[in-house]
Amino acid sequence: MAKGTVHALCGENGAGKSTLMKILYGMQQPDEGTITIDGEQVVLHNPADAIARGIGMVHQHFMLADNLTVLENVALGAEKLYGIGGKARAKIKEISDAYGLNVRPDVLVEELGVADRQRVEILKVLYRGAKTLILDEPTAVLVPQEVDALFDNLRDLKAEGLTVIFISHKLGEVLSVADEITVIRRGTTVGTAEPSSTTPRQLAEMMVGSELPTPETEESTVTDVPMLTVEGLHLSQTDLDGIERVILDQISFTIHKGEILGIAGVEGNGQSELVEAIMGMRHPETGTISLDGTDISQRPTRDRREAGIGYIPEDRHRHGLLLEAPLWENRILGHVTERPNSRGPLLDIKGARADTERIVAEYDVRTPGIDVTAASLSGGNQQKLIVGREMSHAPKLLIAAHPTRGVDVGAQAAIWDHIRQARREGLAVLLISADLDELIGLSDTLRVMYRGRLVAHADPATITPEKLGSAMTGAATGRLEHAEDDAR
Amino acid sequence: MNKLTSRIDKERLLLGIAAPLLAIVAALLITALVILATGKNPGPAFSDMLTYGFASDSQVYILNKATTYYLAGISVAIGFRMNLFNIGVDGQYRLAAFFAAVLGGALTLPGWLSMLLILICAMATGAVWAAIAGVLKVTRGVSEVISTIMLNSIATAVIGYLLQPGKLAQLYQGGTVVATKPLPSASHFFLIDTGASGELDGFIVIAAIVGVAYWFVLGRTRFGYDLRTVGQSESAATASGVSVKKMVVTSMIISGAAAGLIGMPTLLNESYQYSSDFPTGIAFTGIAIALLGRNNPIGIALGALLWGFLERTTNHLEFQGYDKEILGVIQGVIVLCVVIAYEVVRRYGLKRQQHKVGAELAAQAAAAPMKKQEVA
Repeated sequence: MAKGTVHALCGENGAGKSTLMKILYGMQQPDEGTITIDGEQVVLHNPADAIARGIGMVHQHFMLADNLTVLENVALGAEKLYGIGGKARAKIKEISDAYGLNVRPDVLVEELGVADRQRVEILKVLYRGAKTLILDEPTAVLVPQEVDALFDNLRDLKAEGLTVIFISHKLGEVLSVADEITVIRRGTTVGTAEPSSTTPRQLAEMMVGSELPTPETEESTVTDVPMLTVEGLHLSQTDLDGIERVILDQISFTIHKGEILGIAGVEGNGQSELVEAIMGMRHPETGTISLDGTDISQRPTRDRREAGIGYIPEDRHRHGLLLEAPLWENRILGHVTERPNSRGPLLDIKGARADTERIVAEYDVRTPGIDVTAASLSGGNQQKLIVGREMSHAPKLLIAAHPTRGVDVGAQAAIWDHIRQARREGLAVLLISADLDELIGLSDTLRVMYRGRLVAHADPATITPEKLGSAMTGAATGRLEHAEDDAR
Repeated sequence: MNKLTSRIDKERLLLGIAAPLLAIVAALLITALVILATGKNPGPAFSDMLTYGFASDSQVYILNKATTYYLAGISVAIGFRMNLFNIGVDGQYRLAAFFAAVLGGALTLPGWLSMLLILICAMATGAVWAAIAGVLKVTRGVSEVISTIMLNSIATAVIGYLLQPGKLAQLYQGGTVVATKPLPSASHFFLIDTGASGELDGFIVIAAIVGVAYWFVLGRTRFGYDLRTVGQSESAATASGVSVKKMVVTSMIISGAAAGLIGMPTLLNESYQYSSDFPTGIAFTGIAIALLGRNNPIGIALGALLWGFLERTTNHLEFQGYDKEILGVIQGVIVLCVVIAYEVVRRYGLKRQQHKVGAELAAQAAAAPMKKQEVA
């Protein structure tokens, strides 16, 4: 990439964007390949090397000490450059004015809003003499006006001859600010694009790829018996700056028996929160949730599970497993009150163990035994154990968040088969996935979630991943028709 | 497949024993070096500890000490299994023993009934005192470490205020000791006469029952499973339907109730009243013992016995011309070594298991080629 440009890097979740940046910033070592800066081939062993070469990184999560002033935060760890007193303050002023960052050196960081903090982070990097800036998903935490302001700053930086690497999966933003775009998928570069001659649709196509195998749904099994009805769900959260952010905005939908409802969306648009609200782990301000005709809005998580909700969590390590416990204890997790795990208040260890053996055999969990810890299994096998566990209690509703993430192709097909099988028997499924082919292939109905709202719906029989991709960026709303040509 | 499972189990057991053994051996080595540094010979010291420690009167002394320590270890371990650090066991047991002593001194009921009431009073006091910290944690987010330390000081102050002549205490032994009214002899717990070696506290039976209950509730009941789940992963527990807040309060209450029993062997079997020289600081010993015993009921018993043994024998060392501070050195070094050894062994075990599982699966895959390929 050239000096004085903004270069955007886009790709799906898990495509390898962050890993690439970590290598550039010296946090990880590549197995092969070289990095060349200013015509000189370099090896970056750690972030200090990278900083010395003029590479600076602004992390997605800010690394600032709240109880120190801006000046102290900026000088922290770089005291040798300009000291910690007047000289440092003058330098901060100078940088701030030069790039229009508008940073006041003597304010406490805890008094600053998110956008201001981000500017402090950028200033911190510039203060250390960075000539190349890496911004990791800088817009994820910003509201639209703040995004515009950030982009103005980036243009200033560019004008001063600095290079900016901008990581994002929001296509609209990428197109508006970047001079050049590199798209990566599954760890390799799939192409570069000029923003002036590219549409979001083409970009989405590159990001998603179109050669992937499609998981086919067979004949529809949708009935007209509603299983899960969500009505007017609203959830907002006040962050540290006192700004109220709406996380779920008037979410309503119905899933019938035998129906798979897929929710598409770029991660962080409220999908996790929606799942947690249905599971009873979060408490929405308004709205009702009813399962099979019973209002469960006020019931605790355990009741909901007993009422027949199966849950394949998005983050299996945090929510689905006890990593240091043996497999058979993991089989009990979430279903401790149900057979065969317990009788009355007592655990039925024999029953649980026998049933774990059954799950291991039926779901092809590759393990030498049920006494090994969950942590020693590979991700795919952990996932198969979770799927097996949740399916073993004859759920009425299955919430599957990224059910095949990190799972190899064989296990992926097996998990799809299990879900389809259960659907034929009348299971209702809420499917959330970043894999658009999975969504299109499995779902009977598709919704698109953007900024906490269900903005669009589509028929999986006619929709293409590209079209869905552009709706995910908020570019298209309402009913997505295949025939409809212009998505914007 | 079964063979392998049992092998992994056996290995886990071995690893489990390896850590404390490693720690104790290391502690003995370091202690020997310390004794050498003071210019004395560690050999005779250790052999004196052994012969003296296994004398029959020492055995009774050690068992009596260990009874108290065991209860302390269990109370702390209940918190540990939940990832709660109940430092307040100290204040909980002292306050509990004090009020139990006051109640016991005032009661004139049949012995068994007043003993029962004393125990209930002690457990309830401990539970209430611990519950304060639990409620503060779930409602206001106060770390239980901070609040229980403060509650320890408050307990000291409360006892200091009430343990005055004219309040809930009187002067005894010619005005030299301030104490609560002694328990009537009917409410003394039974002692086991072992002849010349002395008398064994009957409370050891209760301690054993507590140990069995601890094992049973944690390992065999739904409640225990929920509790352990919260201890291992709060997020997974929430997702599985455990109310973490309720669990925090409940386990603090149980931990406090168990703590209430710590002072009982002393009260019901030895002193029969709460005086200003009632033993303090036992809970901190309990923390060390719970660590040493890996929160395992049998491990804690062994740890309690070891602590009793060390205390008995190092006391005797003083008469042999060694410094009595050697006790603190050994205990401190053991605890340090134990913490380090457990972490080392745990990591080694996890890594080893992962390797083994990997190797085993590779072997399986090699033995049955192509069979699983169809699924893909």
